[in-house]
Amino acid sequence: MVTVGAWPILSILTFMPIAGAVLIMLLRGNPLRVDQASRGIAFLTTLITFVLSVCLALDFDPAATAPQFQFIEKIMLIPTLGISYHLGVDGIAVALILLTTLLMPIALLASQKISLRVREYMIAFLVLETVIIGTFCALDMIMFYVFFESVLIPMFLIIAIWGGPRRIYATFKFFLFTLLGSVLMLLAMVAIYLKTGTSDMTILLTEDKLILTKDVQMWLWLGFFASFAVKMPMWPVHTWLPDAHVEAPTAGSIILAGVLLKVGDYGFMRFSLPLLPEASATFVPFVWTLSLIAIVYASLVALVQEDMKKMIAYSSVAHMGFVTLGLFSFNMYGLQAAMFQMIAHGLISSALFFCVGVLYDRTHSRAISTYGGVVNVMPKFAVFFLFMTLSAIAVPGTAGFVGEFLSLLASFNASSTPFKPDYASIFAWGQTVTFIAASGMVLSAAYMLWLYRRVMYGEVTNSEVSTLKDVNRYEFIALFVLGAVILCLGLNSSLLTEYISPSLEHLNARMLSHGVSNVAPIPAL
Amino acid sequence: MTLAFLPSAEVFAIFLPLLGFLVAGLGGYRLGKHGAELIATAFMLAAAAISIHLYLLYTSATDLLTIIPLLKWMAVGPLHVTWSLRFDVLTAVMLVVVNVVSAMVHVYSLGYMAHDPYRPRFFAYLSFFTFAMLMLVTSDNLVQLFFGWEGVGLASYLLINFWFKKPSANDASIKAFLVNRVGDFGFALGILGIFFTLGSVNFANILMPHVETTKTFMLFGYHVDALTVSCLLLFMGAMGKSAQIGLHTWLPDAMEGPTPVSALIHAATMVTAGVFMLCRLSPLFEAAPQVLEFVAIVGALTAVIAATIGMTQWDIKRVIAYSTMSQLGYMFFAIGISAYGAAMFHLMTHAFFKSLLFLGAGSVIHALSGEQDLRKMGGIWRKVPITTLLIWIGSLALAGIPFFAGYYSKDIILESTWAAHSSVGEFAWAAGMIAALMTAFYSWRLIFLTFNGPSRADVHALEHAHESPPSMMIPMLILSVGAMLSGWYAYDQFVGEAHHEFWGSALHLRAGVEDPLTAAHHVADWVKFGPTVLAVIGILLAWIAYLKAPAFPQMMARIFSPLYALFYHKWYFDELYNRALVKPALTLGRVFWKFGDGVLIDGCGPDGMTALTAYLSRRVRQMHTGYVYHYAFVMVIGMVGLLLWIGLKG
Repeated sequence: MVTVGAWPILSILTFMPIAGAVLIMLLRGNPLRVDQASRGIAFLTTLITFVLSVCLALDFDPAATAPQFQFIEKIMLIPTLGISYHLGVDGIAVALILLTTLLMPIALLASQKISLRVREYMIAFLVLETVIIGTFCALDMIMFYVFFESVLIPMFLIIAIWGGPRRIYATFKFFLFTLLGSVLMLLAMVAIYLKTGTSDMTILLTEDKLILTKDVQMWLWLGFFASFAVKMPMWPVHTWLPDAHVEAPTAGSIILAGVLLKVGDYGFMRFSLPLLPEASATFVPFVWTLSLIAIVYASLVALVQEDMKKMIAYSSVAHMGFVTLGLFSFNMYGLQAAMFQMIAHGLISSALFFCVGVLYDRTHSRAISTYGGVVNVMPKFAVFFLFMTLSAIAVPGTAGFVGEFLSLLASFNASSTPFKPDYASIFAWGQTVTFIAASGMVLSAAYMLWLYRRVMYGEVTNSEVSTLKDVNRYEFIALFVLGAVILCLGLNSSLLTEYISPSLEHLNARMLSHGVSNVAPIPAL
Repeated sequence: MTLAFLPSAEVFAIFLPLLGFLVAGLGGYRLGKHGAELIATAFMLAAAAISIHLYLLYTSATDLLTIIPLLKWMAVGPLHVTWSLRFDVLTAVMLVVVNVVSAMVHVYSLGYMAHDPYRPRFFAYLSFFTFAMLMLVTSDNLVQLFFGWEGVGLASYLLINFWFKKPSANDASIKAFLVNRVGDFGFALGILGIFFTLGSVNFANILMPHVETTKTFMLFGYHVDALTVSCLLLFMGAMGKSAQIGLHTWLPDAMEGPTPVSALIHAATMVTAGVFMLCRLSPLFEAAPQVLEFVAIVGALTAVIAATIGMTQWDIKRVIAYSTMSQLGYMFFAIGISAYGAAMFHLMTHAFFKSLLFLGAGSVIHALSGEQDLRKMGGIWRKVPITTLLIWIGSLALAGIPFFAGYYSKDIILESTWAAHSSVGEFAWAAGMIAALMTAFYSWRLIFLTFNGPSRADVHALEHAHESPPSMMIPMLILSVGAMLSGWYAYDQFVGEAHHEFWGSALHLRAGVEDPLTAAHHVADWVKFGPTVLAVIGILLAWIAYLKAPAFPQMMARIFSPLYALFYHKWYFDELYNRALVKPALTLGRVFWKFGDGVLIDGCGPDGMTALTAYLSRRVRQMHTGYVYHYAFVMVIGMVGLLLWIGLKG
């Protein structure tokens, strides 16, 4: 096994895609050959990045509880302000980085039909990968903010240049929502910085520097919430997502659903929950309500969609409701559920968008009514699509089940933690909340199976459908890889849960600090 | 991560069907024209043989228990879930039922599906179903049970929809999955509830002889007993899978699938999963006696209501489907009065005679080139004498005519309900007696309409009517042996005086309650003979109504037309659900989408904001007229205002 600890592995990992992008920029010559070469370079770069991230994951010691972060790199940037170039990862970050680097090559495999400005397209995706990995590695608040916001730029371009007919409307909506949230988050970060005099997250997360009254916590919490809720997206700031997905090219949708939505949850896990535990606990009724609305409302809306991508986008909103439900249950099941659901949803929704992309590439239609009887002409595709559909409706044995099951388990058992009286009365509603959330099981089955039936089954009525070709080799590989990972995680979830357990224990202990519960805090690290 | 098992008979019995699924599913026609189906069937036959061996092994001694851990599944804090196989006498009974019936259905399908172009897929699904069912019955924890539970539901979905070009099959398959999902919603919550109450989902920890808990939780503002609610929710799952009244609407529609599927899944095995689950969890249900009462009432209602519908249907398969539902009702009310052994006994005998009936119906349909309507049959017994005989055997067993299998199992259930000496028991007894009469009636209605009287069949179809090939007849003959002898063979073990030694700790009875199965052996003679007398009356009634006086049924239907309409339209459950649930859900979805997202959120959010900005900038732009006197005028007003303010302030 390669030991990567001796290198500045995180910097290499973060900037590897940019290096590929620079290489592509330097290409000169016959436009056709440049396009071909940039495809090759981009794919190779994402593959190398993936291999590097696997090395990182293998080298990372998941059992170590102290220090919380590993592979630390720190260079002072602005000494007078205490702002530094500071990278490091814990189990949570490693898992999300792996998800990102796995989905990137798959997204590029879904881009075979792109013919407009191929070179710029590849550069945009590589830059996107860098900033996403950077977001997960950053341990300085200011750095985090910079990466977090930079994600917008390549994504904006990807939708606006390579998107569908209403792409401009979609990009502006996307930008408007996201930016509004970010501004408020920046204010909250500045406030924390002014209070503690440091933007170093390792200090903020391990030492008790940030002692705030509950009122201040609440305001800061709302600031962060504005940004993360939009990213997730939570109801009612979700309406940018269906539009963005519908207009984005397939690869854009894959990264958007697979990775970008997770940045919001990651933010909750890095900032809101550990830094502002009392405010988080106070806002539990609020977040739970929004989660339930997301699950029921978005599922019902998904039921009546006529556009495949829009339906899957709404189903994303519903599935992310399970993440927030878990996160705000304040126990280990919930944190594990949230992480598992994030990874599972990242894989499953990407796979579903990939499947829609396979059909779209062939017919240029996303309307469900175009299809019908596809199983007659694309049997291999039908198997993959069915498997992904079943994962999305959380059939046991797939990764989707573990995430939803743990999430429901978390909220059902939320009242078991010895909370302080103020909070105990809130968490006593856990079982009621679980009952409502579990209705998502029925609704998701309804819209997904109905979608599958209308697209795949029946006689072929559209002559265009009768000439469709089954998946090609690249599509097969991409779908096979995604399917295999979903199945492995579904059959043995401890592959993931045990890996991230120490990091989540740490987070859980911070969340259950003195103000919130009577659980004895774990000794300081 | 370690696969810590040695290949043993137990492992082979479970994983051969999985292997069959993989080979048939991945191999397909690459294995030759008949390769996939023959391999899957061979694996299945081997698994059945091993199951019989295991049955004899696990029933030879009391409380033999083997647990084979396979793979870690989930581990979060106190939640530990492992893929594992649990073998005890309860498993052994289910194992032999599932694998033997499945093997027979595999063989039968070789003939029945011979002309279908998608045979490998069909056999792959059948084997997958068997594997999922085996995971269900060998599970050692609630979550794996749920895996098998949803797995069989998935297989059922795929098989109902096997002829995927038929819109009616598409609809039926989705309906089956969704109605089951409603049940599974309850089941999943029940698992969470049990974990909350007892702190584990593993059978070793929750199936204690004396479950005692005073835990409560709050639900929508009410404090409820945790165990009672959890058991109620688990039963909700059973209601879905076993088609009990309220969640039964999918079962008749499921007849859209090929007939062997109906025999295996929708008669013998999957639909009995709910009965098995309640027996497996008997310690929990015994600790929640109110839930048991509810189970008994639901079972009794189902037995009667399904029988009333069964008397009025014209589709040969639907008649048998309602009969299945009715018999499942018997099993549930047996559980409701704590006669678990009787429920398991009826489960087993029913598996044999009901799969025989379905396969026989398949043989009739095969003989008549796909005709399923009883009104277009009649008088074909000379053409298909063996099938006629086999359906007679199945019906005799179903009606509970002495010395056929159903006689033993149905009578012991009715005797137990009588012996339970509770109001619920008496209600269930009365319902069971009425249903017994109707069972005999609709069974012979089916027989007489199909085989006797004048032929109403299509002349062309009648010309071609013929007995089915040996691959279909042999499995039916084997099952008919089960339908004749399984009751006699297993009576003493399952429900005899010594049934405690047979079941050991696999079935549990709460302390301080008289065992209704023991008491059942001491009931009055008229209670013992009652069901048989009713069955004979039912047969005679059918004989009169459909052979002697054919005008009689129409007359009855006219006289009792509202009642007939209620039965014929299946008590209007589908219409009710459509109006009360399906349509409102779609309407709500549209309202949320167009009004909620479109008007409220986007209207007040991004679209509204941009419109407002554009409006304001338009207004502000109008002030930039470019005329000096406009600007001068505004300036003067401003200065006056400023001076005034300063003056007033000073």
